[in-house]
Amino acid sequence: MTDLLELTALELGAAIKRGEITPTQAAEAALEQMEETKKDNAFVCITAELALDRAKTVEAALARGETRAPLAGVPMGWKDNICTSGIPTTCASKILTGFAPPYDATVVERLERAGAVALGKLNMDEFAMGSTTETSYYGPARNPWNPDHVPGGSSGGGAAAVAARSCWYAIGSDTGGSIRQPAAYCGITGVKPTYGTVSRYGLIAYASSLDQMGPLARSAADCAAVLDQIMGKDPRDGTSLDVEAGELLGGLSGDVRGMKLGIPAGCFGEGLESEVGKAVLAAADVLRSRGAELVELEFPMMDYVVPTYYIIAAAEASSNLSRYDGVKYGWRAEQYETLTDLYQKTRTEGFGMEVKRRILLGSFALSAGYYDAYYKKALQVKGLIRQAFDTAFQACDLMLTPVAPTTAPKLGESLSDPLKMYLSDIYTVPVNLAGLPGLSMPCGFDRAGLPIGAQLIGPALGEGRMLNAAHAFQLETDYHTMCPAQRGGRAK
Amino acid sequence: MNWETVIGLETHVELATKTKIFCSCTTEFGGAPNTHCCPVCTGMPGTLPVLNGKVVEYAVRAGLATGCRITRYSKFDRKNYFYPDLPKAYQVSQLYLPIARDGAVAFQTEAGEKMVRIHELHMEEDAGKLVHDPWLDLTRADYNRCGVPLIEIVTEPDFRTADEVIAYVETLRSILEYLGVSDCKMQEGSLRCDVNLSVRPVGAKELGTRSELKNLNSLKAIRRAIEYEKTRQIEVLEEGGRVIQETRRWDDNKDATFSMRSKEDAQDYRYFPEPDLPPLRLSEEYLAGLRSSQPEMAGARKARYMAQFGLPACDAEQITREKALVDFFEEALALGAPAKEVSNWMLGDLMRRLKDEDVEARRMALTPGNLAALIQLIEDGRINRNTASKVFRAVFADNTDVVEYVTAHGLEQIRDAGFVSETVKKVLEEHPNSVDDYRNGKEKAFGFLVGQVMKALKGKGDPQAIHQVLKTQLDRG
Amino acid sequence: MTITAELVDYISTLSRLKLPQEEKEAMTVQLERMIDYVDTLSQLDTSGIEPMSHVLPLENVLREDTVQPSFPRSDLLKNAPVPDGEAFLVPKTVE
Repeated sequence: MTDLLELTALELGAAIKRGEITPTQAAEAALEQMEETKKDNAFVCITAELALDRAKTVEAALARGETRAPLAGVPMGWKDNICTSGIPTTCASKILTGFAPPYDATVVERLERAGAVALGKLNMDEFAMGSTTETSYYGPARNPWNPDHVPGGSSGGGAAAVAARSCWYAIGSDTGGSIRQPAAYCGITGVKPTYGTVSRYGLIAYASSLDQMGPLARSAADCAAVLDQIMGKDPRDGTSLDVEAGELLGGLSGDVRGMKLGIPAGCFGEGLESEVGKAVLAAADVLRSRGAELVELEFPMMDYVVPTYYIIAAAEASSNLSRYDGVKYGWRAEQYETLTDLYQKTRTEGFGMEVKRRILLGSFALSAGYYDAYYKKALQVKGLIRQAFDTAFQACDLMLTPVAPTTAPKLGESLSDPLKMYLSDIYTVPVNLAGLPGLSMPCGFDRAGLPIGAQLIGPALGEGRMLNAAHAFQLETDYHTMCPAQRGGRAK
Repeated sequence: MNWETVIGLETHVELATKTKIFCSCTTEFGGAPNTHCCPVCTGMPGTLPVLNGKVVEYAVRAGLATGCRITRYSKFDRKNYFYPDLPKAYQVSQLYLPIARDGAVAFQTEAGEKMVRIHELHMEEDAGKLVHDPWLDLTRADYNRCGVPLIEIVTEPDFRTADEVIAYVETLRSILEYLGVSDCKMQEGSLRCDVNLSVRPVGAKELGTRSELKNLNSLKAIRRAIEYEKTRQIEVLEEGGRVIQETRRWDDNKDATFSMRSKEDAQDYRYFPEPDLPPLRLSEEYLAGLRSSQPEMAGARKARYMAQFGLPACDAEQITREKALVDFFEEALALGAPAKEVSNWMLGDLMRRLKDEDVEARRMALTPGNLAALIQLIEDGRINRNTASKVFRAVFADNTDVVEYVTAHGLEQIRDAGFVSETVKKVLEEHPNSVDDYRNGKEKAFGFLVGQVMKALKGKGDPQAIHQVLKTQLDRG
Repeated sequence: MTITAELVDYISTLSRLKLPQEEKEAMTVQLERMIDYVDTLSQLDTSGIEPMSHVLPLENVLREDTVQPSFPRSDLLKNAPVPDGEAFLVPKTVE
């Protein structure tokens, strides 16, 4: 069923509506492809029977005319930090082994109402902390373009699965770039929406003020269709915004005439691999050719975004992860005597090194004597970063930057130097700090054949214009249609 | 050396909202372990808090009633620590911007009126309950209480004696009951006090090192713990030692405090603003609305009862001591019963019933309407006061309608003048000696005869009528 | 700034972590590097800037005081590492 797997999610949805393909056929094709590509280790949990049952249910609902959702019957996957009732949700951590939540995340409820067929749970960096999916308790995921390279992180499993065509879209989470960066490394499209537009209820928290869920898919249009289903106020999430949902797909005109595209000079200087820089700037030219106006900008805060992010994310994580103590759910240490012993052994043995590192950094930043100089300071700088964006958006409608300084590193290369790994998040973290929407779209390949992504950043609630610009780019180019050589696809 | 005791109080009050502070589980007391819970209040991964608007209202009312300034822009903070009764391993509280500050509470002691300053009042969530299982030597965590809304009221160290502390607690309880924001039951844990106590030489300006006393489950315990701890600290200092800043647990059985945690274990709670809860910005309209709908407090009510109804001070004091009594009183009046009568019934027969049957006023079955009806029956002359007392006692437990009861038991006064006359005549015939005694000036004999007539009428006589007829017949000769 | 072993022990205790000696040494070095790096923030003058704890203009998000059914106890207990019909079990807590 090669042709089937090549369809975008929207194309598949339309074919299903026309009766040309059934959800069961799609699910079976996906499951087969998952088996073919299982060395990528994209999935940590495959729920084949449930998926096939679901497919049948959706088929019946479609037949009865009960749903008109554009993605009904389309198979997809959930990052393993998203609560799926009764199905193990482990955040790729030993400490949550076997945890099956008694409830569904709001996004799960919404997408299921829209006819989604879930194939399973996707691999990730442990508790979403990492940029390569190498900190997973279940072993690293591999980049379908080159199995010696990482797929990126922390939503590496989702990016790999979509790129390898074992599902049509995935829902990931993005705290510092965890959707956008793996999307770039794997040559697909990924979106982190404005903070507050997608309910976090059911997303296992890493950094509460930065986390958002979003789609990884084969096109901006697919992403828009998914976002239309999951955005919107949720009474169970006090930080969710009352936004109109459902209008993004319809708003994709591809018309970017007169749109001001801001290019921050400071993002194209030192530290950026030249091939990546060239490809991203070439993307700007494509948009210009469609009528956009390029505007050079200042963004003076670049030196401070990474430290600010790491202090805030680690601090909030240190608090959010305190509940993992072997008492209520998950794994508990085997040998312990006292309560303190139980806590210490469970947490020391149950968490991986990167998680422990961030918990310690976070506790430090919040502790008495250091709070003002670190956490409070970081919150102040966060305010300055937001101000810098506000200023920038007075001069432009969207910003264009690289997603990462390089293409996907080799497996094993990043873990020895955590600080260097953190620095590679430089283009993505400011977007989370300011709560703005960000999108990653494929815009080329390096000479080794690894994908390069370009990032669009919008003002708050600017996902419409952001998706539209990406859509315009994808009308002019075909990078987003390419899939790894192993499938017989063409890599430039 | 003369020593002065310096005391500050932290009171945790469970708010009487129907649901918990951050989720919609019930706050009902009791219930089998972990049956009033959901993923939010058991700290499951992926869950989020959503603030109960009623909690804010009750906290603001409490702040207004304790003379505080209400913080217009306030936030929640996370207080991080590990303990099995805290499922998220942090408690959502308010450190940096509590909802109310800088208030004062006045109360009466034997030495006169005293004022204590309120440092701050803030909202927070309660933790669960830990029950030790001695057979299996382990502890069971019950999260029913997790997330029950609390306000914590912190005073300045303005107390000097246990009497003052007790008087304050009683006054605070009354205030909070009047507001209806809590049922303030120490024995059920809906009102908990921690005492911070230190001593210093009289005249010294600096405060001594304080200890924090916990597990004070009754007013008696508070008093005894204060006396014990003050003595203990003075002894330590007089022997040349140092008081350690620590938490001490009061043991009712051993009548002493015991060290729980010392300063070495002082907790670093790593407070930071709770990212999952947006801030509160209270508008002037909101505050004005609450101010104008605050219930009238005890002091004002007592004064009004004295002025408006002419109740003596101690009667007014007794009624306004408990909100349930106040509510009962005012409802009876609203139904038309006269204030003095209602007050007399309440402070006499009703109080006796409450005491004898060991019932709390707020739990009693008797309704104001029923008492009003009883008073009306007397006024209508259908029963006499004596009978009424008996009826009251009979219907108190289940609130049987008094009119029905009187009818069913045939208790109506006999008003048939002829029958009364006949009865009096018979009694006089049966007790010629008493008649003679009366005629010879013995007043007591009259009373005896009244009693006999009443007895003959089976208690259903109108005393005034009997008096009249008896006098008439006796004087007639 | 220098990250001493005592400081690492202190924040480990706060976080209920107890790293074995070899890991602790490596962690201390890494933490020092990270903290040195994040110290770059001290270069910025942030006097008078409000710490931005919430990025959204949301305020007063409140819920009605209406009881909803609680979850069945078995659902909430079924993931507990030590099975029990009623409660979560832990070693004896010291009072």
